[in-house]
Amino acid sequence: MARIESEVGIRTNTFMKWVDDRFPFTETLKYHITEYYASKNFNWWYIFGVLSMVVLVIQLLTGIFLTMNYKPAAADAFASVEYIMRDVEWGWLIRYMHSTGASFFFIVVYLHMFRAMLYGSYKKPRELIWLIGMLIFFVLMAEGFAGYLLPWGQMSYWGAQVIISLFGAIPFVGEALVEWIRGDYAISDVTLNRFFAFHVILLPLILVALVFLHIVALHHVGSNNPDGIEIKENKGPDGVPLDGIAFHPYHTTKDLVGIVVFLMIFSGVVFFAPDMGGYFLEHANFEPANTMATPEHIAPVWYYTPYYAILRAVPDKFWGFVLFGMSVVLPVFLPWLDRSRVKSIRYRGWIHKMALSVFVISFLMLGWLGLQPAEGLYVTLARIFSVLYFAFFLLMPYYTTIDKTKPVPERVVFHG
Amino acid sequence: MTDDVDQIDRKRRHFLTVATLVTGGAGMAAAAVPFLSSLKPSARAQALGAPVEVAVGSLEPGEMVRVMWRGRLVFVLRRDEEMLSRLSSVTEFLDDPDSQNPEQQPEFAVNEYRSINPEFLVIEGSCTHLGCAPLAEFQVGPADDWHGGFFCPCHGSRFDLSGRVYKSVPAPTNMRVPPYRFIREDVIIIGVETGAA
Amino acid sequence: MDKPMRLISGLAAMLLSVGVFAATEIELELANNDPDDIESLQRGARNFMNYCAGCHSAKYVRYNTLGRDLNLSEDQLIENLMFNAEKTFETIETNMPMDDAARWFGQPPPDLSLMARARGTDYVYSFLKGFYLDPDSPTGVDNRVLVGTSMPHVLWELQGFQTAEFEIDENGTVQFVQFDQAMAGSMSSEEFDEFARDTVNFMEYMAEPIRSKRRALGIWVLAFLMFFWIISSMLKKQIWKDVT
Repeated sequence: MARIESEVGIRTNTFMKWVDDRFPFTETLKYHITEYYASKNFNWWYIFGVLSMVVLVIQLLTGIFLTMNYKPAAADAFASVEYIMRDVEWGWLIRYMHSTGASFFFIVVYLHMFRAMLYGSYKKPRELIWLIGMLIFFVLMAEGFAGYLLPWGQMSYWGAQVIISLFGAIPFVGEALVEWIRGDYAISDVTLNRFFAFHVILLPLILVALVFLHIVALHHVGSNNPDGIEIKENKGPDGVPLDGIAFHPYHTTKDLVGIVVFLMIFSGVVFFAPDMGGYFLEHANFEPANTMATPEHIAPVWYYTPYYAILRAVPDKFWGFVLFGMSVVLPVFLPWLDRSRVKSIRYRGWIHKMALSVFVISFLMLGWLGLQPAEGLYVTLARIFSVLYFAFFLLMPYYTTIDKTKPVPERVVFHG
Repeated sequence: MTDDVDQIDRKRRHFLTVATLVTGGAGMAAAAVPFLSSLKPSARAQALGAPVEVAVGSLEPGEMVRVMWRGRLVFVLRRDEEMLSRLSSVTEFLDDPDSQNPEQQPEFAVNEYRSINPEFLVIEGSCTHLGCAPLAEFQVGPADDWHGGFFCPCHGSRFDLSGRVYKSVPAPTNMRVPPYRFIREDVIIIGVETGAA
Repeated sequence: MDKPMRLISGLAAMLLSVGVFAATEIELELANNDPDDIESLQRGARNFMNYCAGCHSAKYVRYNTLGRDLNLSEDQLIENLMFNAEKTFETIETNMPMDDAARWFGQPPPDLSLMARARGTDYVYSFLKGFYLDPDSPTGVDNRVLVGTSMPHVLWELQGFQTAEFEIDENGTVQFVQFDQAMAGSMSSEEFDEFARDTVNFMEYMAEPIRSKRRALGIWVLAFLMFFWIISSMLKKQIWKDVT
């Protein structure tokens, strides 16, 4: 018995050697998995990176299967979605997973980004990770927007109408640009067809490539941690960071627990509330696109509403567009706006904690306001919170400099 | 830590690793079912592939109609006395004259006529070689060895007037008889053998 | 008012604002239908086929699917529900030519497959009960929920006719007060409520036939994940014993 096992072992080793001579398989596995050391004091905020990957896989998989029955033509699109929901065996599950996955993608990505803000993960030496991450976020927004047109319901059509028209606010080229995006004088079959191409091939390709780069950059620098300490500065005699533990089996088993919990929440929505009260699947989108009648109340899907609220808060088409664009792009500059000497919120002073709280409240309030009608008090509130949103970023170089920080310990805080 | 505790931990660790892998694997397998099932014919495909009725009373002896069932071509041929008499004369040239291959016809068609009513042949118009539609050449000749039947233009496979395959042709089996039955004396329904129409 | 004061009063007003904005919308009657009540769904299907399907299609719904989900035999399906179809696998279409319909009503009657999901069951329920006499309208009636509807009061034999009372409130907008029965129908008002509720129930079923199945399956999925969670947590704990 033992001899047979060892023979198998030898053969496996010979085979692996053959492969490794030609492709860095074992080396890659070690570098990224079994000998990638990340801090042992990760808290649950650190789950959202891997959850984004899980959602990405869900979206790619369900998306491929939806493509097999969906028809990207104005005359057929709506009916083909209902065909998937009713006539295709299990089609309803695949579609609900995809629609729920879209919202959950933004939930986990927003939380992932917030984690970076909590612990200063965007700061030196991780600026590029943050930049690539922001690119991922932009592509994700485009991906979600293109995908939202595909069911060809009332909200698909009119939502796209409003958002594409935004580009008309750009001086001189605006109108031409809008026509170029639509490929027609109105949103039409042509627009749907090209948005389908964007949604199922162009943007996912870019997305996957960027995610790859994001991880390459991360594994090159090493993960940050809730203390914002560089664990590579304290290595043992074997060259392994003293506060680091191997990604596998330690972080993998921990991540698995997080993934299972996430899947419970995800399944809860898919099986018991796929509409999520009209936030994940908007009611009006169950009516086919009608080019003659706008739905009474039109708002983008919830994950765009913070920016949409800023857009509406400005009583000028051009400046509304500019501030809208700025609100989306500003986080890109966080690594340079933040002048603090420490990374983690644990060792920052009250000013930064205040500022971050104000930012979170503003972002949530703007998100809520974006869903409300643009009238009366709602507009006033949207203006107040827009100002606070911008203040958080634009005043950051100042308040992070004057903020009193606490001394950062040598080693990470971990209660085994 | 003593060796004993170490030993227990290792066993427990091994057990939990296997349990997690098995559970996760089972979950993945279960999750794969909906995806793979979604590739099966949908309710619409099934509706479009529903049984087809054919009124055969109006067919003249010797006349054949082509109908579509599940997107497949089906021949319905009303054979006259002379055609039926030819069936037994070609037996020696046939590969499977008694329809012994159960894949190629329902139970009721295991006979020389390969049909319920000898007069009416109902057969899929698809050559069992590579799926071309055979030509209906019912007359004898002009070649000496042509006794009338179905001839596939793609690779020269030959079948008799019951769709039975000749020896030494590319097609390996007799032409396939679909499930069908008579709902009235002069109406057949293709696609079901029993049950309500 | 200085700035902080304005902010505080703004926040206070915001808390009240939900009520303020809700008032501008039409108040709907609650349908209180139960999609798990199969008998109600069967009655609703009968109502729908007899009173709605003459003009409205439900083109995404197949008879055989609904027969299976509503526990109806093929014979029951054919005899009681399939007036416009021959085969059980067909979808619910109407015999009315859509071009003519558009000419008669100004627009073709909408497909009702998804209506309950697009507008909500309360809306459809209130709509069915919302017809009132209006001599200015070409059909003789208008609807409280969908003002100016081109749909005639199809259910008048059951419900009878009612008139509507309106008043002008302090903001100068017209507010609906109540309906008064002008002519009795063959049903009492409670019976008609039941009729409308069953019909709406069936329409909710049509909007998402898979609803009950997905909920039933969801329980199993969550049970499995719960088990997986326990196993994986134990594994994590065990592995993390190494980490000190």
